[in-house]
This record gives sequence, C-alpha cells and structure tokens, in this order.
Amino acid sequence: MTSPAAEAAAAGPGKSGAALLEARGIVKRYGHVQALDGASFTVYPGEVVALIGDNGAGKSTFTKVLSGVIRPDGGQILVNGEQVQLSGPVDARKHGIETVYQDLALAPDLDAAANLYLGRELYLIPALKVLNRKEMRRRAVTAFAQLGIQLPDVAAPVGALSGGQRQSVAVARAVAFASKVIFMDEPTAALGVVQRERVLDTIRRVREQGISVVLISHNMPEVLAVADRVEVLRMGRRVARYRASDTSIEELVGAMTGALAAEDDAA
Amino acid sequence: MTTQQTPPVVPDEQTAPATARRILTRFVTANETWTLAALAILMIYFTSAAPGKFLTLSDLSLISQGAAPFLVMAIGQTFVIITAGIDLSVGFVLVLSGVVAGEYFQHNGGTNAGVGVIWVGALIGLATGAAWGVMQGVLVAKLKIPPLIATLAGLGGAQGLSYLITGGSDLPTVPKRLVSSIGQGTAFGVQWLIIGSFLTTLLFGLILAYTRFGEYTYAIGSNPEAATRAGIRVDRHLIKVYALSGLMAGLAGIMNLAYFGTTSISGHPLDNLTVITAVVLGGASLFGGRGSIMGTLIGVFIPQMLLTGLIITKVNQYWDYIITGAVLAAAVYLDQFRRRLRERV
Repeated sequence: MTSPAAEAAAAGPGKSGAALLEARGIVKRYGHVQALDGASFTVYPGEVVALIGDNGAGKSTFTKVLSGVIRPDGGQILVNGEQVQLSGPVDARKHGIETVYQDLALAPDLDAAANLYLGRELYLIPALKVLNRKEMRRRAVTAFAQLGIQLPDVAAPVGALSGGQRQSVAVARAVAFASKVIFMDEPTAALGVVQRERVLDTIRRVREQGISVVLISHNMPEVLAVADRVEVLRMGRRVARYRASDTSIEELVGAMTGALAAEDDAA
Repeated sequence: MTTQQTPPVVPDEQTAPATARRILTRFVTANETWTLAALAILMIYFTSAAPGKFLTLSDLSLISQGAAPFLVMAIGQTFVIITAGIDLSVGFVLVLSGVVAGEYFQHNGGTNAGVGVIWVGALIGLATGAAWGVMQGVLVAKLKIPPLIATLAGLGGAQGLSYLITGGSDLPTVPKRLVSSIGQGTAFGVQWLIIGSFLTTLLFGLILAYTRFGEYTYAIGSNPEAATRAGIRVDRHLIKVYALSGLMAGLAGIMNLAYFGTTSISGHPLDNLTVITAVVLGGASLFGGRGSIMGTLIGVFIPQMLLTGLIITKVNQYWDYIITGAVLAAAVYLDQFRRRLRERV
C-alpha cells in the first residue's frame, strides 16, 4: 500500500488544486468476495471524470459507497479535504453529492415535475404540507430547458415518456439538487444513438454549471468524448489515472484488463 | 444534388389542438372516466326501466346510509392499495373497534350513557382501529411480511379478540343517544352518517390529491426504491397508511354501532371484499401508484346502485354479486393490459 502522503504526491495528472471529493483506501467485503480492496478516487471541481473498469471491477459498489447507499468496511471519504461519514443517501446529499442510477430511480406514475422534486417538495401551505404543483412545474420547465431537455408535457406521468426522456428527467433531478458532484451510473446504457448524444450534451451542460460529473461507464469512445480525466478501477483498486486528451482506447483497455502495471501496486 | 436548407423541426406539442388532444387522451384513459360511465349507464338503465321508482330521494339516502361505513373503509383501503398493498382486515377491525367501544359503554352507563361517555367510547373505538392498523403496518413495513398475509393474520387476530371480549354474542348495550343522534339523526334533512362519511371522503380526497402525504403514497406504490432514494422514510409512511386504514375501520365500527345499535360481530365477514371491489372499480391499481378518492367514491356506489336497481326492477338481487364480480375481473384485466402497454414504450 502507498502512504497517504505518497498518494497526495501522485495527485491527478494535469489537475492542480484541492480535490472536491476524495476516497482513500476504501474496503468493502461481501462475505468472501472482496468487492473493493483499498480503492481510491478523486474528483476535482468543475470536471467530468470517468470511472471505468471491467465488469466486476467494483464500479457499482464504489459508486454506492461514494453516494452513501452502502457503508464501506474501511477507508476514508473526504469532501473539500475534510473527512466525512456518509451513512445514507441523505448524508451524501447534504454534502452536495447526487447520484443518477442505472435503473432510473423514478416513480413512473408521477409526472416529471413531481419526480424532479420528490423528497424536496415545494409547498403552498407549508404547515399542512399542501404541495405547490404549479410552482414545481414552472421551475421544472426552466430546469429542463437549462439542460437542453425537451419534454412533451411536464404534467404527464414519467412512465409515458421514452427511455431517453426518462434518463433526462433523472439527470435533471440530480442537477437540480447537487451542489458539488453528480454520479451517473451508465447513463446511456439503454439509449439509442440520438438520445445518447443528448445525454452526453446534458453532461457537458452540467459541467458548465460548475458541477463535477463522475461518469461510470465501460463505453470507451463515450468516455473519451465527454470526460476530462479517467480513473481506472480493476479488482477493487484504482490502477491508473489519465487525462482524457493524453490517452487512447487501447491504453484504457490495457489498464482495465491488467495488461499495464497497476498504479497503486507500484510502491 | 443541391443542398437544400431543411426547415428546423419544431415540436408541435405546444399547439392548441395538440393540448386539447392530450387532455382528451388523458380523460379517456383515466380509470375514473370509465367507472363514472358505468355508474351513469346503470342509473339511466334503471331509471328508464322503472320510471319514478328508481333513485327517489329516499332511495338515495338509504343507499348512502348503507354505504357510509363501506365508503369510509374504502377511503383507507384506497391509500393502502395505492402503495401496492392490501388490507383484508377491515370488516373485522370494524367489529373489534365496535366491541371495544361497546365494552366501554357497558361499564359506563350502558344504554343510558351520556354524551361524554359516548365521545370517550367513540375515541376508544377509533384508537383501537388505528392501533390495529399500526400493528399491521409494522408487520408489512418492518418485518417485510406481504400485506396479504400480514392483514390476514390481523383479520384472524381481530376476530378472535372480538369473540374473546364478547364471549361470542353481541353486546346489547349501545347508548340510545348514540343511535338517535349519529345513527338516525339528521342535519338539514340529511342523515349524520351521510354527512360524516362525505366530509371524511372530501378531507382524505384533498389529502391524497394535494398534500405531501398523498404524493408519497403514490411514489411508494409506484417505485419504493425511488422513494427510498429520494429520502422518503418508506417504512414509516407505510405504517401511517395502514394506521389510516385501521382508523377508518374504527370509524366505520362506530358508525355501524350507531346505525344498527349492535356490535354485529358476525355481520361483516365480506366487508373486505366489498371494500376492495369498490376501490378497484374506482380505478386504483393493485400494482400500486394509481387510484383516487373520487374513483373510490364512484366505485362504492356502483354495486349499491346495482343492488337497488335489481330489487326495484324485480330481478333476482343475487345477480348483483355475479355482475359486480364480472366487472371487477374486467377492471383488473384492463389495468394489466394498460400496464403492459405502457411498459412496452
């Protein structure tokens, strides 16, 4: 294992300044399965960073740890350099971290505006918890417009929308409430070509708003098209970090599959 | 080949005819629309089949009075079904609440009990129902027992407890003032039972449609995982919803006590089916996420209208069960069909 000091010295290539979100030596076991074996990860302000890895590398587990859904067995999580405990998604949210899940955590029977504000409703009469639907819809239209998202009808149940539109709603939901970082777990996995482009465009717009995006993906061309940096996870550990402009698909695949030497094993 | 400038594709969604079409589509696909249409057809049919006899004022008030306890229980059941749950215990919790209240009356003045005792007894009955609901809610939300089984267990428990308390025979001591006021009394010519049940309907209709409580009920039924991730305390909300259903059964128990003047311990074995039928006819989906109090209100009255109509037109009234059963099956089939259609998108 590298010492924390050595870790810091080996800070992300090309990126200067303090990390926004940092994970150090995260360990997570499921029975005999070592899902995360001292995994580290860094997010800097205002960047799109891709977290890539082969199936079973621990991407999903890592995402869940960093978004507070599951608690790690060991390691540290730092937000703006201060160590934090994420004991639930609500905790992560308090630190400005939002997640867009692969399986689209939306309520299909509620409309887009209601989904956007689920858990954080606006009220007409706060004392009686009477909802202000009109205001939520009005703001939803603005929020969607800012991300270049077009919905036929914000008052229609989300279940009636197309896959891409639903993904857009999920992204918008995260953007509306994230102040620092958004995790997107395979946001384009279920989408067609045109819709995929739209989501990538949305990711760029999110970055323009000053929010960092962590893109979890194993679509290499997509990663290189949208990410500023790439961190590679293999067998539960971070094995490499690249600037997207300095690397290639071959290099990324090499790091993912272990053809290249692992960064954290070097010491 | 000449390159021609293609005009920008403008989504025509915002145009007026499209909006009208969308509203029309939503109206036609709303479950309540079909339920209301069924009710209207029934009313027109029986009115023309027996002119001047069907739907007289006394008919309407009799139907509404008889339906009042069902309506109240169906309101609680609507919330439960929207969360993708079910509450089989309602008729038995009704009895238990009436029995517990009746027991209190028996020891505090019996049939001559005063207003104070009646109020306390009624509150005890309501609390009994609510407590039973909380218990079932804990089974469902905390112990993850499927609602069908949790409330079936609750049903058995409520029935057993009612029989243990009464020794198996009805308590004869319902205060006369309760019967004469709530049970038979009127205000502005309308029975208190009807006023009470409709005010309750209005209140919970507003809560379901316009408040956070209602929104979370739909969200949980629609996708519990999404609700959890949105920070909603799903387990606590479910307990509240089952408590509400229990509370409504308790209220129905007091209404029942006031209307019939007896605990009628063996008189409600099929209330749960009546109530669930009403809610499903009203457009609620057993898969959760859909339903409304307006729909349930209509759903409660369809079987009652049918029954009254059959009696007046001198058709064997037992057709009521068969027709209601067929309509119920059709309603659930349509719901599944619509769900499949949506998932294909």
